[in-house]
Amino acid sequence: MIAAHLPALQVVVPLILAPACMLVRLRDAAWGVALAASWASLAIAWLLLQQVLASGPISYHLGNWAPPIGIEYRVDELSAFVLLIVSGIGAVVMPFARESVRAEFGTRRVYMFYTCYLLCLTGLLGIAITGDAFNLFVFLEISSLSSYVLIAMGRNRRALTASYQYLVMGTIGATFYVIGIGLLYAETGTLNMADLASRIAEQPGSRSIGVAFGFIVIGLSLKLALFPLHLWLPNAYTYAPSMVSAFLAATATKVALYALLRMVYTVFESDLTLGLVPMYAMFLGLALFAMFAASTVAIFQNNLKRMLAYSSVAQIGYMILGLSYINVTGLTATIVHMFNHAMIKGGMFLALGCCMYRLGSVHIRDLAGLGRTMPLTAAALVAGGLGLIGVPLTAGFISKWYLVLGAIERGWWPVAVLIMLSSLLAVAYVWRMVEAMYFTPPPETVPEGMDTRLSMLIPTWVLIGASLYFGVQTELTVGVARDAATALLGMPR
Amino acid sequence: MIEHIPPGVILIAGAVLVPLLRNPAVRNAYMLLLPLVGLWGLTQMAPGTHWAFEAFGYRLAPVRVDQLSLIFGYIFHIAAALSIVYAFHIRDAVQQVAGLVYAGAAIGGAFAGDLITLFVYWEGTAVSSVFLIWASRNNAALRSGMRYVIIHVGSGVLLLAGAMLHYRATGSVAFDKMTLSGLGPTLILIAFGIKAAFPLLHNWLQDAYPNATVTGTVFLSAFTTKLAIYALARGFPGLDMLIWVGAAMTAFPIFYAVIENDLRRVLAYSLNNQLGFMVVGVGIGTEMSLNGTAAHAFSHILYKALLFMSMGAVLFRTGTCKGSELGGLYKTMPWTAGFCIVGAASISAFPLFSGFISKSLIITAAADGGHWIVWMVLLFASAGVFHHSGIKIPYFAFFQHDSGKRPKEAPFNMLVAMGITAFLCIAIGVLPGPLYAILPYQVNFEPYTTTHVITQLQLLIFSALAFGFLMRTGLYPPELRSVNLDFDWFYRRPAIMIAHAFRDAGSRTQIGFMTGLQRQVKWLIAVTFRHHGPEGVLARTWQTGSTVLWVAVLLVLYLIFYFV
Repeated sequence: MIAAHLPALQVVVPLILAPACMLVRLRDAAWGVALAASWASLAIAWLLLQQVLASGPISYHLGNWAPPIGIEYRVDELSAFVLLIVSGIGAVVMPFARESVRAEFGTRRVYMFYTCYLLCLTGLLGIAITGDAFNLFVFLEISSLSSYVLIAMGRNRRALTASYQYLVMGTIGATFYVIGIGLLYAETGTLNMADLASRIAEQPGSRSIGVAFGFIVIGLSLKLALFPLHLWLPNAYTYAPSMVSAFLAATATKVALYALLRMVYTVFESDLTLGLVPMYAMFLGLALFAMFAASTVAIFQNNLKRMLAYSSVAQIGYMILGLSYINVTGLTATIVHMFNHAMIKGGMFLALGCCMYRLGSVHIRDLAGLGRTMPLTAAALVAGGLGLIGVPLTAGFISKWYLVLGAIERGWWPVAVLIMLSSLLAVAYVWRMVEAMYFTPPPETVPEGMDTRLSMLIPTWVLIGASLYFGVQTELTVGVARDAATALLGMPR
Repeated sequence: MIEHIPPGVILIAGAVLVPLLRNPAVRNAYMLLLPLVGLWGLTQMAPGTHWAFEAFGYRLAPVRVDQLSLIFGYIFHIAAALSIVYAFHIRDAVQQVAGLVYAGAAIGGAFAGDLITLFVYWEGTAVSSVFLIWASRNNAALRSGMRYVIIHVGSGVLLLAGAMLHYRATGSVAFDKMTLSGLGPTLILIAFGIKAAFPLLHNWLQDAYPNATVTGTVFLSAFTTKLAIYALARGFPGLDMLIWVGAAMTAFPIFYAVIENDLRRVLAYSLNNQLGFMVVGVGIGTEMSLNGTAAHAFSHILYKALLFMSMGAVLFRTGTCKGSELGGLYKTMPWTAGFCIVGAASISAFPLFSGFISKSLIITAAADGGHWIVWMVLLFASAGVFHHSGIKIPYFAFFQHDSGKRPKEAPFNMLVAMGITAFLCIAIGVLPGPLYAILPYQVNFEPYTTTHVITQLQLLIFSALAFGFLMRTGLYPPELRSVNLDFDWFYRRPAIMIAHAFRDAGSRTQIGFMTGLQRQVKWLIAVTFRHHGPEGVLARTWQTGSTVLWVAVLLVLYLIFYFV
């Protein structure tokens, strides 16, 4: 009975519990509610994935209104996988949040923080689950508005301007998206994705649809921080509270990428096959730019959160690169890297959260000798850094491997070489971190005691451990990603 | 479970944890556990196991288990365990990690089923083992280690180049018996030859081994050259050329060994000479001779390690290994002296010691094949071995005239390691059955026949007589502080002279070129920094408007492309 309503519960549970956080007001009680909601979401996402793997895509009609009139929730492998990433990251960072949040903005209005977090979680999960293009816009706005608030809660006063900038740009992105949807609606008279796909196929060469595609893709590219539309990202991630940086870095851009995949491959599939659009050349070029330019910028950053933010822009470049191949292997790489990067980056941002908690800074100068003063945190940063480089036996290697394979399959040898070369840039910025942590003596004013609290170390290492585990055991990640990629490209299994 | 882990990987992966274990006792126990677990894992692997997968378009076989690889796998594990016990007193994580990785790479190499995997492990042994030389931390060791690693990495590069050519010719990278036709197999043979210390390619061995640390030399003596012997036995069995190469190898080091003063270098020469026997065995290529090669490698690793261990103990206690400065040590180091004599008896192939039951396989195979000249050379070499290793080593170190040195007995862990090794040497000599049972082919050979024993004893007695006669009459080359020039003079001195000449001639242009290059690089970094540095165009926090501009630009571009 309940199992049949899991798709609705996935969104409803955090949505209902968000105001509950607001009502209980007590700091720890609000945290408890948020924790329960996150873990419940993870459990639901896991059950959904199992259900999908066992018996194929689920179509859920909200309020029993049949699509295309009613809103449809549609869970296939790709959306179940993204749901798992989002809710998994949420479930891991919540235990971390308690101490980190207390340390970073005292005791006042902490319940608001958790309320916003749950709303953000709702929005992100909603984007991944809905089968309705306009409903997706609603969830996009829910997640965006709440994340503006979360970022603005950062301790540094620049968080406010960073958040404001993100607000302006995010709104532009969302507007572009909704303009595109509006054009589509005018042309086809429907908002349901499956329905849209079939009606678009009936009108090949329609100019309004082509323009709609352009608006949607560019709007979503802004949300997912595709170079050069990434400018909101570095500041937002740098000045947000540690836990928010970790959560958003691991989920927000991935979900926007999911929306892009959905639009490009499910809704506009027919245009693709006709090869009408020059979008792929653009994706390819911008992805390559992102890989090199953003990584090079990361090398010169002294604030490590900012360094990781730029590295994220570069990593998004890898994901977009896989998308531009238009073959199963490339798409598999994209989807797998969504997962792997979420683990790696989430874990590294959490590790920086540990540094922030203990040392009050994430400047590279203040992290000198971290290998001695906080050995476990430093080791987590190194392990994550190896993943960013793509060293074998880490999750990053798996993604790069498929990315290179895809390029070779396509006959794009130079791209394969460029992927390798850009990894060298990652070596440079990871090495800077290692040098500071292990080869410079620690300052004398380090607080006494070993490392940091277990409640923060364990979540950090859960994510880092996962990034190592999925570097060896790839059955779940690659298996699901390959199925999802095959389904997206509409090929027979 | 353990049979799913490739052999050698346990040691390599396990080495990572060594620096984290701070307690010396725990660390030692852990290190000893690794080869023992590996050895146990090896016994779980069925011969005939073959793992293969496709990667980069090649068919790779990281693990191939058969009788030939198994016997090398066993002895490599045993040697690693013994060397670790011998090095228990060491507190140097660099040496410990390097030793483990080195042993692991050699083991992995013995199970490599394709040339690319072999190449990976081949370079692995080179790069890890050089740290055992550098760990002496003196200038001579640094430079000699540098020469060593250059030569070995070069050997690996030749191997890879050969493998690629071989692949193009045959379409396969599988590591099986090859015929010496075309450039590919020739390069591979040269690569093997360098590592096996063929004549004129041998100098790295005598150069590097005496410069390594006391414990490092014990590690070194076991793996590198024997991996090469394995590779030869796998790739080129029955290649006629190898008979003559091997025969030359058994003979020429004897003269150097007799006049050499540094006793560890004497052992390095005699190591070279013993390798010659194995190469002859490979060259003859019959079942019996290949059995002989495998068996001789097995017993040779043990007794050579034992000899290096005893000389290492002397060096450790007295600070020198020069024959001219030692003598009379048996009074205070009786156990070490005893173990040294066991090792000397084994290498000299005394009946009831391990060398006898393995070397006679090769010599008999040579006789059976009608290689009479080679047979004579091998007999001469056997006498020579007895001369320089069997008598000279123990005699100059422990007896001779009294040097007045009264060092303490070797540390307990060294004695334990030497004791176990000595026990194995004797056990194999007395009961050859178990060793014969694990050889690659069926053994139809009885070492203890009257003819064999009598021939060998005659040889030994006359050799001893010669040594006694020469010592008595003062004709024996006295132990002098001296440096003996070997073939490497020809490439070390003139090469340096040529290099100097080039340097002097080219220095002016070179300086100009370098400053030019430096300027270019500085400029490049400056430009990159200007654009990508914290205040650079790409890293600055931009106006919101500029992003909007970008959005507009992209949209317009898209629309233009779309409508055109």
